Amino acid sequence: MIRENLSGFSVAPPSTPLRLSLSKPTQTRHDEGRAHPAHTPLSLPPPTPKAWSLMTPPEYTYPDGALAFPHRGLVGIAGLAPHEIWFLLDEAEQWVEMNRGAQKRRELLSGLTIINAFFENSTRTLLSFEIAGKRLGADVVNMAVANSSVKKGETLIDTAMTLNAMRADAIVIRHASSGAVALIAGKVDCPVLNAGDGQHEHPTQALLDALTIRQAKRAFNGLRVTICGDILHSRVARSNILCLASLGAEVRVCAPPALMPADIEQMGVKVFHDFDAALKGADVVMMLRLQLERMEGQFIPSPREYRHLYGLTLERLEKAESNALVMHPGPMNRGIEIDSNVADLVERSMITTQVEMGVAIRMACLDVLTRKGRKQEGWA
Amino acid sequence: MSLHAPLTITNGRLLLADGRIETGSIRCEAGFITALGPDVKPQEGDTVHDARRSLIAPGLVDIGVFAIDKPAFHFGGVTRAALMPDQNPPLDVPARVRFAAQSGKPDFWVHPLAAATQGLGGTALAEIAMMRDAGARAVCTGRRWVGDSGTMLRLLQYTGMLGMTVITHAEDAGIVGSAVATAGEMATRLGLPSAPAQAEPLAIARDIALAEMANASIHFRNVTTAAGLDLVRGAKARGLKVTAGVSPAYFMLSNLAIGAFRTFTHLSPALRCEEDRQAVIAAVADGTIDIVASGHDPRGPEDKRLPFADSAPGMSGAETLLPLTLSLVRDGVIDMARAFDLLAANPARLLGVNAGRLEVGAEADIAVVDTERPWIVNSDKMAASAGNTPFDRQPVQGRVLALFKGGVVVRTKRTAG
Repeated sequence: MIRENLSGFSVAPPSTPLRLSLSKPTQTRHDEGRAHPAHTPLSLPPPTPKAWSLMTPPEYTYPDGALAFPHRGLVGIAGLAPHEIWFLLDEAEQWVEMNRGAQKRRELLSGLTIINAFFENSTRTLLSFEIAGKRLGADVVNMAVANSSVKKGETLIDTAMTLNAMRADAIVIRHASSGAVALIAGKVDCPVLNAGDGQHEHPTQALLDALTIRQAKRAFNGLRVTICGDILHSRVARSNILCLASLGAEVRVCAPPALMPADIEQMGVKVFHDFDAALKGADVVMMLRLQLERMEGQFIPSPREYRHLYGLTLERLEKAESNALVMHPGPMNRGIEIDSNVADLVERSMITTQVEMGVAIRMACLDVLTRKGRKQEGWA
Repeated sequence: MSLHAPLTITNGRLLLADGRIETGSIRCEAGFITALGPDVKPQEGDTVHDARRSLIAPGLVDIGVFAIDKPAFHFGGVTRAALMPDQNPPLDVPARVRFAAQSGKPDFWVHPLAAATQGLGGTALAEIAMMRDAGARAVCTGRRWVGDSGTMLRLLQYTGMLGMTVITHAEDAGIVGSAVATAGEMATRLGLPSAPAQAEPLAIARDIALAEMANASIHFRNVTTAAGLDLVRGAKARGLKVTAGVSPAYFMLSNLAIGAFRTFTHLSPALRCEEDRQAVIAAVADGTIDIVASGHDPRGPEDKRLPFADSAPGMSGAETLLPLTLSLVRDGVIDMARAFDLLAANPARLLGVNAGRLEVGAEADIAVVDTERPWIVNSDKMAASAGNTPFDRQPVQGRVLALFKGGVVVRTKRTAG
């Protein structure tokens, strides 16, 4: 649909500062209601509205103030309306720009405490959330499970209540069990962000993937996205399916039957077991890692055999659209699900861009979800 | 024998053993029913209970409970329960069986189920004959399936010789693994470890074949799928000694109930799809299912206030067993007599106890039931030791007004109106 709409006019490159009524007057509201310390560098130019706004179809326009994102936390993509996803993507744009500059700090959340409670190992997501919080000026505390009382037998709820009693302004949680984040969100007073719960959801990953795709492809309608890998054990796949399908993309999932969840076509995807068929005409190829640590029993004969059928090689990539993007949420297993020469394709591999967008998306989420607590006008 | 005066319950609607409902009274002496019918009158010195036109029914016999939770059972009209061997330590030696058999008396009788294998490990047979003589009424594989077919065959041969029924959990363990949900859209969306429902018919098919080979009687504690019920139906048609049970959750709920990760709906076997739920209702109607049991398993917050997959399976079911089964009567699936066959007569027959029906000579386990009385299930105010019911806040009908064990009152509810 968007593609048809676009045919009437030429698309401006993303950085062109266009001011159109469709874009929300979001540029100044971060400065409202909050006095910045004198030393705070406020020399940043006001963020510019994006050319995306041009292409925003009617259902993606969002209301002003808190109605744009009327949720206490971010537990999953399920339950978000397309325009709410769009709103978070729009909010992230300004941070992409700021992160690319020399001055990477805005004292927007100064005085706020953000706790990253990671009950499961993580490197990039934890780091990304920590950087996001710090660049917004918040006090960020990481709770690593290795030296926490969880090891001493404390229950999840008790740990959550403890964090709550320390008056955190936002809690970011990763946990190995599906539903753990929703459980905590129901027990604490502050916004809770899901940084991955079991095999359920990983919403910020889906949002950063959507932002990456939007920057490169501009629109989602009719876009063919192939997700290939261990769909069964992947929270990234579930969140991405919900997010991309919600934004209008055609989502294909590809995996051997043992790694494909039952009835996943009910989530609005096309199911493939033949990778070559799944790649045909794809605009985006998203590879997932084999989550060997979650596998109970043998799901595939060997990594080598898996690569034989499902590894993304240069030769296989030929079957996709000529400008198809290659994505991977990381960590990559080079030589298994993705070959090095594919992962390192300068023009088409978005893998490092995804990491970059991750920080911006997490900044946007932390900003939006703490607006009520910060009593920002229109949000309190 | 009894120190208690004879009991006469008057002015009730008697649910007779032949299925008729007749206005009259029932008289019990020394723990047994001695007379019942329209002409029975209380005699000098009797304790008299006025049933006020309520249903006089046999006390419920609940097969396969995990805890002896008297307040909950008395609330639900249960006078006898068969205790699962999954205790800590398991009921796999005669002394523990003997202790468990005494543990509820006098007002509640526990019939222990002997563990089929030592430590319920599924490999070495337990001392079943000695446990029988210590009071075990049947043999049970516990929460788990005996995965090794050779062990299961030898178990059935042995219990067939002893004339005991094997009560088994029917789910192929290799397929189920550590799954906590039935494979399908719901489990996929929630990202819960799931297993296909076909794990059940696979296990049932094997166990029917082994029971036929051994000429033994076997009871499937929970048959929850259409395919599993078809296998039981077929085995019954061939005259095999196969019976099937189910808990109300499986005819009341489908796997839609696990949405929002409600751990109170984490059951074993996991809740099935809507088609299977309908198949269970049909099987209750056509007689394929013989027994409805609570599977009473009270679990506190330490077991349930956890992420779904980390929580313990099971529900507190004794209090809702009767009203939820009566909902099938109101829906026209079964009649009142069949409801009490499912809840009392059939389980009593499986255990070989002289109860579960109202007739002269039977033990005087009697429930006075207002079958229409509405009430709302409230997990905060349950009689059970924990309120882990998936039916929280659900309006139900049917309440036990008075309960008698061996002709002695254990509970009466006297309320205005």
